[in-house]
Amino acid sequence: MKKIEAIIQPFKLEEVKEALKAIGIDGMTVIEVRGHGRQKGHREIYRGQEYQVDLLPKVKLELVVPDGRMQEVIRAVVASARTGKIGDGKLFVSEVSEAIRIRNDDRGDTAL
Amino acid sequence: MKPGIRVVFGLLSLCSLATAAASDGDPRFAALESTVKAAQSAGDNAWMLVSSALVLLMTGPGLALFYGGLVRKKNVLGTMMQSFVLMAVVTVLWAVVGYSLAFGEGTPYFGGLGHMFLEGVGSAPSDYAPTVPHQTFMIYQLMFAIITPALICGAFAERMKFSAMLLFMTLWSLVVYFPMAHMVWGKGGLLNAFLGGKVPCFDFAGGTVVHITSGVSALVCALYLGKRRGFPSEPIRPHNLVLSFIGACLLWVGWFGFNAGSALASSSLATSAFVATHFGAAAATLGWIVAEWLRTGKPSVLGAISGSVAGLVAITPASGFVKPFPALVIGFSAGVVCYLMCTSVKRRFGYDDSLDAFGVHGAGGTLGALLTGVFATNAVNDALKDSAGRPLPLGLADGNAAQVLNQAVGVAIAWALAALATLIILKLCDLLVGVRVQPEHEVEGLDLSLHGEEAYNFEA
Repeated sequence: MKKIEAIIQPFKLEEVKEALKAIGIDGMTVIEVRGHGRQKGHREIYRGQEYQVDLLPKVKLELVVPDGRMQEVIRAVVASARTGKIGDGKLFVSEVSEAIRIRNDDRGDTAL
Repeated sequence: MKPGIRVVFGLLSLCSLATAAASDGDPRFAALESTVKAAQSAGDNAWMLVSSALVLLMTGPGLALFYGGLVRKKNVLGTMMQSFVLMAVVTVLWAVVGYSLAFGEGTPYFGGLGHMFLEGVGSAPSDYAPTVPHQTFMIYQLMFAIITPALICGAFAERMKFSAMLLFMTLWSLVVYFPMAHMVWGKGGLLNAFLGGKVPCFDFAGGTVVHITSGVSALVCALYLGKRRGFPSEPIRPHNLVLSFIGACLLWVGWFGFNAGSALASSSLATSAFVATHFGAAAATLGWIVAEWLRTGKPSVLGAISGSVAGLVAITPASGFVKPFPALVIGFSAGVVCYLMCTSVKRRFGYDDSLDAFGVHGAGGTLGALLTGVFATNAVNDALKDSAGRPLPLGLADGNAAQVLNQAVGVAIAWALAALATLIILKLCDLLVGVRVQPEHEVEGLDLSLHGEEAYNFEA
């Protein structure tokens, strides 16, 4: 099993969800996060007091998928989340050693 | 007969009746006179009660929202609580001794104790407002006594102990507000232009009494308490400008009660003050955002609402003395001046007047009080008359240049009293209870550390 963590632009979340649904991925966890990579933040001014806001709001999707589906999931996320501009986000893939469904103790791919 | 003709006949017969009655003491004339008086009192009293409610609306929720939105989310309840609790504290203080010290007959500097526990404040009118019950005048003035200390809270936001704040505000009301209100508005007060003062200072609705006293005291508080932890290196951003926006809109509306209500009657002077107030706020909004737009490239919402408040502050002393166009001039200049005070001047000197109580109320109040001396005209307010009954010239606009000096004296007294008394009271509070919260409480936030609550429990 592979865990795919996708950090994307918040306004792209719906498109990414639709794209994943289209290839039959139903389960995911979505977290509102803040961060930045190469994208620099923006300037805010409150009554003359300037602040550089460099941690910007992003959305992180976490998906755990069977090994065999990894590439098509990555393709779907990348294609739907891309605008081509700096700040589109990143994907990270890692190994998952076990998955357990709490309701009935299913293990491995069947638990996904 | 047509209805119109019938009315004219009716009025004619009423007039002849009145003239005839006046000469021979007809009881019907006395009855007519008291009916007319009651009708005027009903109109004036209705407006003054509405105005009283409008001025209370400025503190809660107006100012509470305006300030509450500007602080970080860990301090929003503590900040709103400061405004709200003052509605309670000052009211009790007012009933016991405050009204008497402000409006009782006494020395030129403070009132006597004749109205303690509201003795003699009933349904009969007072000298201050001859067409409404004394009690109406009393409750109307109370609302001013509430909002004035509440304005100071902007300067020490996010770092003052609640207990110290209560003690400070009680003493401040006794030593600064009540005497200043007496000097400017009380019968025989030193600066009272209409009721026997030595230096006639025009302050229609509280430029010196409310805004200079609170604004200057705010600066002293900001300097005495010191900066918030992290100011100005760490970002300390307003947590919810929507709250501030709603608060500012409520302040604008409430201010009609504050200024137009200060006519103390439902009169044409009230209308004139209403118009000047609105014009001042509008022009100041533009003044602030134009200045900001030129300086930073963007007109902000916070700038627009701050500008409107600055204009309302500056037009306050002038509102019952100036025509609509001078009101626009006063407002626009207040927008620009207060913008510079809250940005360049504050940055230059480095004090943490957290929500700009001094930058808006101290600066705007001073500017407004001085410009009142320039633009005040008897074409708007003819209450001052010479022995022959002709209205006296008021400000520079009427050719009375000396009035600008009178205004400056009023400003200087307000500045001096506020600065000196605030410093002494802060020292005293610091010795008795300590004015500043513990560093760990400041980090945790006032809501949790002082009040045991949080404003936003979205997971609940």
